[in-house]
Amino acid sequence: MEWVNAIVQGILLGGLYALFAAGLSLIFGVMRLVNVAHGDLIVMAAFLALVVTQTLGIHPLATLVIVIPVMAGIGYALQRGILNRTLGDDILPPLLVTFGLSVILQNGLLEIFSADNQKMNAGAIEIMSIPVADKINVGVMPLIVFGVAIAVIAGLQWVFYRTALGRAFRATSDNQSIAQLMGLNNKHIFGLAMALALVVVALAGVFLGVRTSFDPSVGPGRLIFGFEAVIIGGLGNLWGTLIGGIILGVSQNIGAQINPGWQLLAGHISFLVVLAFRPRGLFPRIEG
Amino acid sequence: MKPCGRFIWALKPMSDAPLLETRNLISWYGDFQALFGIDFHVMPGEVVAVIGANGAGKSTLINSIAGLLPNEAGSVRHAGQNIGDWPAHKIAYLGITIVPEGRQLFPSLSTEENLIIGGQTARPGPWNLAAVYDLFPVLAERRHQASTSLSGGQQQMVAIGRALMSNPDIILFDEISLGLAPIIINDIYAALPRIIGEGMSAVIVEQDISRALRVSDRACCLQEGRVSLEGISAELSRDAVNQAYFGI
Amino acid sequence: MSVQENYRFVQTTRASRVAGLVGVVILIALIAAPWWAGRGDMRLLSEIFLYLSLAALWNLLAGYAGLVSVGQQAFVGLGGYGLFALAMFFGVHPLLAVPLVALIAAVVALPVAVLIFRLSGAYFAIGTWVIAEVFRLGFAQVTSLGGGSGTSLPIGIVKSIAASRSMRESVSYWMALGMIVLVLAVVYFWLRSRHGFPLTAIRDNELAAKSLGVDIWRTKFQVYVLTAGLTASVGALIFLQKLRISPDAAFSVNDWTAYVIFIVVIGGIGTIEGPIIGTLVFFLLRGFFADLGTAYLIILGLVAIVVILKSPTGIWGWISRKYDIALFPLARRVIRVNPSNENRNAS
Repeated sequence: MEWVNAIVQGILLGGLYALFAAGLSLIFGVMRLVNVAHGDLIVMAAFLALVVTQTLGIHPLATLVIVIPVMAGIGYALQRGILNRTLGDDILPPLLVTFGLSVILQNGLLEIFSADNQKMNAGAIEIMSIPVADKINVGVMPLIVFGVAIAVIAGLQWVFYRTALGRAFRATSDNQSIAQLMGLNNKHIFGLAMALALVVVALAGVFLGVRTSFDPSVGPGRLIFGFEAVIIGGLGNLWGTLIGGIILGVSQNIGAQINPGWQLLAGHISFLVVLAFRPRGLFPRIEG
Repeated sequence: MKPCGRFIWALKPMSDAPLLETRNLISWYGDFQALFGIDFHVMPGEVVAVIGANGAGKSTLINSIAGLLPNEAGSVRHAGQNIGDWPAHKIAYLGITIVPEGRQLFPSLSTEENLIIGGQTARPGPWNLAAVYDLFPVLAERRHQASTSLSGGQQQMVAIGRALMSNPDIILFDEISLGLAPIIINDIYAALPRIIGEGMSAVIVEQDISRALRVSDRACCLQEGRVSLEGISAELSRDAVNQAYFGI
Repeated sequence: MSVQENYRFVQTTRASRVAGLVGVVILIALIAAPWWAGRGDMRLLSEIFLYLSLAALWNLLAGYAGLVSVGQQAFVGLGGYGLFALAMFFGVHPLLAVPLVALIAAVVALPVAVLIFRLSGAYFAIGTWVIAEVFRLGFAQVTSLGGGSGTSLPIGIVKSIAASRSMRESVSYWMALGMIVLVLAVVYFWLRSRHGFPLTAIRDNELAAKSLGVDIWRTKFQVYVLTAGLTASVGALIFLQKLRISPDAAFSVNDWTAYVIFIVVIGGIGTIEGPIIGTLVFFLLRGFFADLGTAYLIILGLVAIVVILKSPTGIWGWISRKYDIALFPLARRVIRVNPSNENRNAS
């Protein structure tokens, strides 16, 4: 029965990982950019939420009202100020710049907040759970996170395929020059894409901060989880990313059941296995 | 004195100033100079053909006008305004539109979405989805299909429709017959009067010399980045054109 | 008057000949360091040599082969742990273990490369990071090597390097010096050779190189395995000096990747001279900012970002463009030679 419980918890964990991955996938889809600082931005959002709850005394989830617009603004400024300059045929500049950004963010957060573990208290809903079967409880918080992940992915799909903005994203990512001929300003479109991605990052950060503890150094780990979810699920497929996150979460939990020290390793091994036999992922839609 | 006489003068009175002109336009691709000082102009309501061999600089000229290539401010002018250094997305709002070489539809967009995005600049005018479907009914049947799953000729129709959706003042057609079967090319050129019949200006880049001369008021021949011949299409002799085209 | 003219290829430049002479002089001085330098200076020099080795190797991978790895710490740590394991469990003399770990790492790199070469670009980079994480987590499970908290090198093994401490320090120093000479020589001659020459082509234009028959995949594969081996040897030397190893130290992203990347980027990526300049700048700055700790990383990161955006070829790129010099010349120039033996520079 513990195994079934491990799997159930793993599925719910997959929702959080899908949240980590969705922003990454969005940016790669629109501008073929992989933001190495993605995980650190998630952590930054968590710290931002922490500061807001501590100064305003509001519930962590309520901080989203502030964290989301702030992160969106940061995303737009970051893209237009720095990242737009790195886009082009050479893969080195965006990689190296975002890597530099990652180091700067981690150490900046370290300077400001110290290396202490932090966690936000969401009150009663953190301990509430729904008994589903004998010895299987579904935590309300993880369920909410899973639900948010589904809502986010559905929302992003809606934006991409049913709105003018989404049309602009797809057109610009297809062919920058011709998109410009339609009157679309690439720099602005990419800025909006990054802003949207950081909205998702804001959600990921706040829910990370409520679900587990965090400190300035956990960024790269979140990046890797997001990345693994994307690769397992298949490039260019947001719902695939959800499946990828679930597979990752389940692998980790099964590994932890066997031996607590094997949790992370089990996840990585799952990823490597998929990479070995299905290099393009389980449900790929675009080329990497 | 237009040989073709298709224009509705009431809609677009002829003025003396060019709608679009280039002055001493120079263009480089890295170390390679593609244009050596092109003087070119289009009057309102005029159809100008640009002919020349491969590599003569025709597409470079088009891309420069549209703002896809960087230029000196004064080297491209629209309605008396310097636009040489304007970015392409800004120029689009002036009503300058391209039907690009090779169609270049957006693969991620359906046929209808390609048309809709053509209307992004939301300029006023007669062209909208209904009008485009009226012009090219076959597109209406395939409106939700992926644009790249259409045949070559249908894709060209989408590309033209996409350009029309912005209600441009001037359309630049970059080699619309490239890669299409002759019968399809005939169909498209047959639709040309309806497309540019409302007083729109047009630049038609073509490798088919006789067709280009037939549909245009004036013609301009490029050879290795320079204007080698220019004049009223009906008055240009075949010999003169061949000489200018091949540079012999 | 018609003159029959011949052409020949020349690779050395005047600057490179001068630099070669200066280099030999410096090398002799460095070999003699145990006689004129203090303990602290020798340690610092060793550190410089080892960082420069890592930088030159990372540069070969990223700047020439276009394989950006943020996971080279995998092999640094593998080399370190390899040395400890060989010495502690198999009685291999530490100095012999240094080249041996290169072979071990090269063999390990084979299946790793097969896996991660399925990814490209930035995804490849993160893939290398995952591999490093797998190594870190793996070694943390090995209790005989101290598990998560690591282990120290037993005194007996330490003493087997040399009897006296000053002799041990000299040996460590000479090993580090030998390492950097080896690495620079390997990198330089590899790039000049039949194997490595395609790299400069791949870096400049991969599609064109492919169309000329260059086997991209195999060339990159060879470079990856080669760098893995040499990086592991450097790692072995690093931890031989530290005398203590732990998973977090062995596989530290900051120490073995972040600093190295910043060194190469600031110095000049894709050139052999770049990492040399970058390492010198890095240690100079570290001297000034020693007390700042995390702030030093932030400053480095900012400088690196500015360099990438403003002068992507780094400090050396700026210098070599301005003064048109190459100290490690790779390009071949054509010189026109008259039969009357008057040389005239055609470039």
